[in-house]
Amino acid sequence: MSRLHAFHGGIHPPEHKAESNGARIVQVPLPPQLVVALNQHIGHGAKPVVAAGDRVAKGQMIGRAEGRVSAAVHAPTSGRVLAVEPRVVAHPSGLAELCVVIEPDGEERWIERQRFDWRNADGPAVLDHLRDLGVVGLGGAVFPSHLKLAGARTLDTLVINGAECEPYITCDDRLMRERADEIGAGIAIVRQLMNARQVKVGIEDNKPEAIEAMRLACGGQDIEVVVVPTLYPSGGAKQLTRLLTGREVPAGVRATDLGVQCFNVGTVQALYRALEHGEPLLSRIVTLTGAVARPGNVEALLGTPLSHLMAFAGVAADVTGHVYGGPMMGFVLPSLEAGLTKSGNCIIARNAELFPPAPPEMPCIRCGTCAEACPAELQPMDLYWFARARQFGRAQERHLFDCIECGACAYVCPSNIRLVDYFRYAKSEIWAAEKSRDAATLARRRHEARQARQERDKRERAERLAARTTPRPAPPPLPEQVTPQEAPAAPAAPTDDDKQARIAAAMARAAARRAGQAGKGEGGDGA
Amino acid sequence: MSVLLALCVMAGLALLLGAVLGFAAIRFRVEDDPLVDKIDAILPQTQCAQCGYPGCRPYATAITNDEADINQCPPGGEDGIRQLADLLGREFKPLNAANGVEKPKRVAVIDEQLCIGCTLCIQACPVDAIVGAAKHMHTVIASECTGCELCIAPCPVDCIDMAPLGDTPASWKWRYPVAMLKVVS
Ligand code: SF4
Ligand code: SF4
Ligand code: SF4
Ligand code: SF4
Ligand code: SF4
Repeated sequence: MSRLHAFHGGIHPPEHKAESNGARIVQVPLPPQLVVALNQHIGHGAKPVVAAGDRVAKGQMIGRAEGRVSAAVHAPTSGRVLAVEPRVVAHPSGLAELCVVIEPDGEERWIERQRFDWRNADGPAVLDHLRDLGVVGLGGAVFPSHLKLAGARTLDTLVINGAECEPYITCDDRLMRERADEIGAGIAIVRQLMNARQVKVGIEDNKPEAIEAMRLACGGQDIEVVVVPTLYPSGGAKQLTRLLTGREVPAGVRATDLGVQCFNVGTVQALYRALEHGEPLLSRIVTLTGAVARPGNVEALLGTPLSHLMAFAGVAADVTGHVYGGPMMGFVLPSLEAGLTKSGNCIIARNAELFPPAPPEMPCIRCGTCAEACPAELQPMDLYWFARARQFGRAQERHLFDCIECGACAYVCPSNIRLVDYFRYAKSEIWAAEKSRDAATLARRRHEARQARQERDKRERAERLAARTTPRPAPPPLPEQVTPQEAPAAPAAPTDDDKQARIAAAMARAAARRAGQAGKGEGGDGA
Repeated sequence: MSVLLALCVMAGLALLLGAVLGFAAIRFRVEDDPLVDKIDAILPQTQCAQCGYPGCRPYATAITNDEADINQCPPGGEDGIRQLADLLGREFKPLNAANGVEKPKRVAVIDEQLCIGCTLCIQACPVDAIVGAAKHMHTVIASECTGCELCIAPCPVDCIDMAPLGDTPASWKWRYPVAMLKVVS
């Protein structure tokens, strides 16, 4: 039994897990339409490779990975592509982004799956394969898995995250109970790919059945299932890594460089399905809970409209809204039109009883309770102060970007300050400023390049002029019409005039085309 | 004798120190006029000339030489003026209305049906954000367009429009949390 290394802070919010963790995972019936977002991961969105009207088979790639940090997207079932267009996506903004809308034909006709011999393939080929199968982290951060695997040649400790510390969410719990063998097989794969010396699976002690199942599944292998005390946020990658290995991962440092890496149990299972069965990531387990008639876990195809899921769970009358993700780290969904994404681990229907309206914010009394609760060992009241005053530089100096937005500080704050909202606000302001700074740098470079080119052109023209105006030593054999002095000016003048005339003619044409609404015919394009 | 010795020692010292200083001047040379660079780094690089100078750098130079005020750049807006005021230790002042107004960023879009391929817009664009060849339709590379609007006026057929940059989930920002108390008129 290895020693646990407690992390700083943490809280004990009401768990609300019993509502949804009792029943088996059920399949959601096919919805009439799937809205599959092309950007379901961190990084660049996938580039669509199908068009409206195409027939697609289950598992066919519909979006190709674009750029370094990206992953592919696939048709979750067979059917017809209705449109490739911006649709509302599951995002706090409620804005639209490019999606592939698929009408299922109900046949579940699979694309021919290719067996991939990952054991004998070389490293980069395996990683490209995973990228093309769209495997990303399913714990919530949706970071493309192939990039995480690419890090190191050898690893000291592989941490498997089954802590699932956030209230309400039970999808990993059910997955571990019901598909522990697949997770075990997945762990063996990741271990071999990363050359890990030891493997530790961290599970919170409020999931005894999952612990039992995982112990059974990992029995033959040298894998340690470690029971960690229930304390939010022990399921944060950094917190669990610290708990199990005692290692701190500072911001801006890749965990792999410290010899540790953390994978969520769902991700590991998806990796197993991808490498052993050639199955792209097409569905995920999602917890439907809160104010619903039948709380529980379902396996749903990606792109299933969230309204379809909530209807399946049975909506209560007094629901005031829905949360995507957990109550601590999730966000309120502006609409249920969006399709399920790879990050969607939980949807909570809110009502006034479960989520009473937030009491009004009071001034910060600098009591320090938030700092005691912060697992990242920050001073949330200072960050709050600087974010509020829009002094983002100062907030950054105080490690704003170490904040994992866990909400522990806001949970304990006696003044009911929505601290995380301020941190999210400050972070997005800083990102936007960085983006516009990058754009300015690009514009400056391009402007300077243009000036340098114009300078050079001017010089060259002047040199040519000088060369031509100096009388040539040997006169050309043919008699010239123009004197050398007139030469440069003479050809220039007619072309200029010519150009002016052409432009005038074109202007007249364009004006005529504009005036005559019906006149769509191509004008004579000569001159 | 001792006078001569003292003179020699002093002269030797002077030579030595002079050499050290000379070396330091070359070895640790400061790039000329870092203030222009610092100001230029704050300016938005739209290169629109609304400040009355033919680009951001000339305006930065003018500010350095006390020829221009700090409130003449509309694309930089209030934020930009505030940063300039901080850098130069001056008072903040609102944007000079004579130079224009602060607008949300837009990019140029060419109506490709109307474009006659005269290349005049290419010649006007300060950042080479327009591609096209003579007598062929032209198009704007949106990611490189600064929204300076300099291509609008030269176009003989008025086929260039400025389109607002729509918000996308990637560019969207979390709002300031408190319901801001605004006086409703
Ligand atoms: S817990 Fe709330 S009131 Fe106390 S210091 Fe932190 S922000 Fe201020
Ligand atoms: S939200 Fe950020 S600041 Fe608050 S407790 Fe969590 S990590 Fe600390
Ligand atoms: S107004 Fe601003 S953006 Fe435009 S050229 Fe002048 S300094 Fe640059
Ligand atoms: S395309 Fe037009 S608006 Fe855009 S940078 Fe070039 S000249 Fe300015
Ligand atoms: S100036 Fe107008 S017509 Fe001429 S090339 Fe540009 S967009 Fe086309």
